[in-house]
Amino acid sequence: MAFQADKPRSFQEIILRLQSYWANQGCAIMQPYDMEVGAGTFHPATTLRSLGSQPWAAAYVQPSRRPTDGRYGENPNRLQHYYQYQVLIKPSPPNLQELYLGSLEAIGIDMDTHDIRFVEDDWESPTLGAWGLGWEVWCDGMEVSQFTYFQQVGGHDCNPVSGELTYGLERLAMFVLGIDHVMDMPFNDPEAAIALSYGDVHRQTEQEYSRWNFDVANTEVLLKQFEEAEAECQAILTQDAVDPKTGKRIVMAHPAYDQCIKASHIFNLLDARGVISVTERQAYIGRVRALAKQCADAFVQTEAGGYSAA
Amino acid sequence: MPDLLIELFSEEIPARMQARAAEDLKKRMTDGLVEAGLTYGGARAFSTPRRLVLAVETLLAESPTVREERKGPRVDAPDKAIEGFLRGAGVTRADLEERETPKGAVFFATIEKPGHPAAEIVAEVLETTIRNFPWPKSMRWGSGSLRWVRPLHSILCILSDENGAEVVPLEIDGIKAGNTAEGHRFMDGAPFAVTGFDDYVAKLKRDHVVLDAEERADHIWQDATNMAFAAGLDVVEDKGLLAEVAGLVEWPVVLMGEIGEEFLGLPPEVLKTSMKEHQKFFSVKNPKTDRIERFITVANIETPDYGATILAGNQKVLSARLSDAKFFWENDLRVAKAGMDEWLEKLENVTFERQLGTQAARIARIARLARALAPVTGADPDLAEQAAKVAKADLSSEMVYEFPELQGLMGRYYAEAAGLPAEVAKACEEHYSPLGPSDDVPDGAVSRAVALADKLDTLTGFWVIDEKPTGSKDPFALRRAALGVIRIILAGELRLKLDTYIDAQLVLQKIGLNRVKATSGEIDTLEEVIDEISDHGVFGAAFHAVLERLTGRDDAPDVGDGSLLRTVGDMVPDISTDLLAFFHDRLKVYLREEGLRHDVIDACLELDGGDDLYMLVKRAEALGAFLETEDGDNLLQGFKRANNILTQAEEKDGVEYSFGADVKFAETDEERTLFAALDAGEAEIDAALQAEDFSAAMAGMARLRAPIDAFFEAVQVNTDSKLVRRNRLNLLSRIRGTCLRVADLTKLEG
Repeated sequence: MAFQADKPRSFQEIILRLQSYWANQGCAIMQPYDMEVGAGTFHPATTLRSLGSQPWAAAYVQPSRRPTDGRYGENPNRLQHYYQYQVLIKPSPPNLQELYLGSLEAIGIDMDTHDIRFVEDDWESPTLGAWGLGWEVWCDGMEVSQFTYFQQVGGHDCNPVSGELTYGLERLAMFVLGIDHVMDMPFNDPEAAIALSYGDVHRQTEQEYSRWNFDVANTEVLLKQFEEAEAECQAILTQDAVDPKTGKRIVMAHPAYDQCIKASHIFNLLDARGVISVTERQAYIGRVRALAKQCADAFVQTEAGGYSAA
Repeated sequence: MPDLLIELFSEEIPARMQARAAEDLKKRMTDGLVEAGLTYGGARAFSTPRRLVLAVETLLAESPTVREERKGPRVDAPDKAIEGFLRGAGVTRADLEERETPKGAVFFATIEKPGHPAAEIVAEVLETTIRNFPWPKSMRWGSGSLRWVRPLHSILCILSDENGAEVVPLEIDGIKAGNTAEGHRFMDGAPFAVTGFDDYVAKLKRDHVVLDAEERADHIWQDATNMAFAAGLDVVEDKGLLAEVAGLVEWPVVLMGEIGEEFLGLPPEVLKTSMKEHQKFFSVKNPKTDRIERFITVANIETPDYGATILAGNQKVLSARLSDAKFFWENDLRVAKAGMDEWLEKLENVTFERQLGTQAARIARIARLARALAPVTGADPDLAEQAAKVAKADLSSEMVYEFPELQGLMGRYYAEAAGLPAEVAKACEEHYSPLGPSDDVPDGAVSRAVALADKLDTLTGFWVIDEKPTGSKDPFALRRAALGVIRIILAGELRLKLDTYIDAQLVLQKIGLNRVKATSGEIDTLEEVIDEISDHGVFGAAFHAVLERLTGRDDAPDVGDGSLLRTVGDMVPDISTDLLAFFHDRLKVYLREEGLRHDVIDACLELDGGDDLYMLVKRAEALGAFLETEDGDNLLQGFKRANNILTQAEEKDGVEYSFGADVKFAETDEERTLFAALDAGEAEIDAALQAEDFSAAMAGMARLRAPIDAFFEAVQVNTDSKLVRRNRLNLLSRIRGTCLRVADLTKLEG
């Protein structure tokens, strides 16, 4: 398979090239998860699928939200809503670094003129009870990806180990396209009849969400929703493994995990509203982690998580 | 004799771990080889981001044969015993030798353990080394079970001599040792075969890898300084950064770039920290203005455009970073100029430590103590209190949130922006000092008051909640805090009774801990106790004085057993003594490093309560110097002799000889001379001690040496005359008493 050596011209072309590259490497191209998440790692295709012994290979775009990073669309690099590109392969193949470098070439980064570096960066997600070792990948001094070998997720040792790649799409695309302000970046083909910039698509939403995140979101409602999500997650997991209606063994790891994701995002919103003190912060993170662990425990009791009735 | 070459080739090893890992590889391998009988001529280890390498020269080709003689049973022992011996020794009856011994004829067996070829031993030792490698953090990958710092890809392991190279047969978790290596990740592709260390180094260099980290660092520094020099600028030296950067590249290419004009107004520390922490850039400054104007970055590749693209990319990233820093700086300045209230309010919601409360509560305690300490350091109490109140305000600033290492320094900038007095601004920066044994002690009086208050508050706080350092664990850096207090006191020649301040602060901490459950009457009482301690010192007395005063009052709080007041009253003296002992331990460690003997310090520790550290050290230094002189050493011997005779006599007679030596019972000139010397000496020493002139006190002691020596030379203490004997013992007691006033010489060794 030969790749286009020429430069991509838009944000979406970079995404399309990544999709096509990883499809060619045998990954299942998945769709974004249909819930608010803080990062691509939260997608069950990563969090849950990195558990258990079943092989897995997936790649997808994940719209992600970090309410505290909102800058009303004015900061050239910071957004409260952004896109991550995520690849997860289990077990991690021995040539994962080469595959990754290939993906950079696929989006038009010429290895002969750029300086690519793997700089130590150990990844830890306190909310997911997960950690791994790896690097942030630098291209000419700019961090363009996170590269992690998962060691533990939801408190479970990963065996086999998954290799995870996370690309910050806006930053990477701005680099490849030579754009200084994210809002100026061509979203679709700049020569299209209706050419749209990133700003055309997202400036207004950045403003709206920045205002809502920082000043308007009803904290009482959010606090209540957090409690509800937590309670629901636990309620789901206390159900008997065997469904009384169908008589089948159905462990509901994913519905429970949805509630965990929800609690995590609500916590992020509360954090942005500034109503969580430093001490409380740790306590909230601990509560989300407890949910993540229970969901991980449940997932390894499912078929996809490696459970077999025998 | 063959040479050994090992290369462990992996994905990128964190820079900070490389040098240590190379040393560990060398140590573990060479220890293992030697233990197995393979001695060698020399060994060197190297590291790059992707490889650990060990080269061992002139290794034995095989381990020597070992002969061991084993003594068996007597020749006439039962067959069963002999057979057992044969089995154990792995020999046959024919191999046994009979020898006459004092116990009769006995069998001896000579067991020969043949040597093993080097390859076999190397394979074994290398496998053990790899499987047990002491990485600070290691990981698994794929489906394997091997742990390494990052995935291990290949092992090169060859033994080479004049006949060529031979691969050491070895396989670990599917990785087979071979004789090939590869060059730079991007600049060269094909693996190459290696015949020995020199060949390996040459081929690596051909393929754009500099094996030796030191060579890479030298190259970087050379190029960087040359480039800066050509532009009339200086590179800001940073050895740590240089070592780190040398661990991030296999083929260093140095590039110099510009910092945007709009960022040059940022504080130079901000520029430097941002560039170093985020980008691993060196700062390049203009020697004329001391401003940081450019940066040096080190790439890992030579490009057709001579690094132009790389430099442009780095410059862009830097601009984005500095835009953030500028945004923080400008926002922070706005808050600072408005008086920093916004930050101080925020600190009311920031926990310092779960039990010890918020940062705001901590600041209030420190401010109170700083005010109390101001007279000691010679500071204006109002300024000391004001400085303590704002010294930690910058913890709420955006810049410090982004760069925690700039705490204090930013505080100074912001205090200056707020228009606060220069001493206050200086204290914001200096009150954290000294941070380590080599860090400077703050030199301003206000800075010293706040620095002492900050450290004493931290120490008393963690002592009250019983979070003291244990063994190697000192998560709150309390040893450093205590050493800081000691160094500030000594550098400033500060005179203070440490106990007074420790006790008052301990009670304050106790109030903080118990505020929720205490009644206001109890709190008021404790506040009274604090004032009393601050005025008069001595915790127990102050406490009892206040409790006595309480008994006359109508609404007096409960002071019975188990009451809050009683608990605080009982506990604080113990905690206080324990904390003072901790200070003494730290002081001993510190003075030992300054060359003072620990027994000399012990001899001075208990005098004057030991809480006036400056006095204590003066005394110890004078004593230490005195003991170095011939007079000192002899006087010490004289004292010991007097003390021994006296102690024995006192034990035997069951009385204490401490009074009543009279010159009229003296029989010899030596006694009379000693009497006269003691009369003069006591007066001189007392006056010197009064004046805290310890050298003069030691000089007074020195003058006693000759009379004491002469006395012991000529006079027999234990004579038949009871009267004379008692008089002489009482005379010895005067020697002892005089010496003990200067220091507890019984604690001295030798």
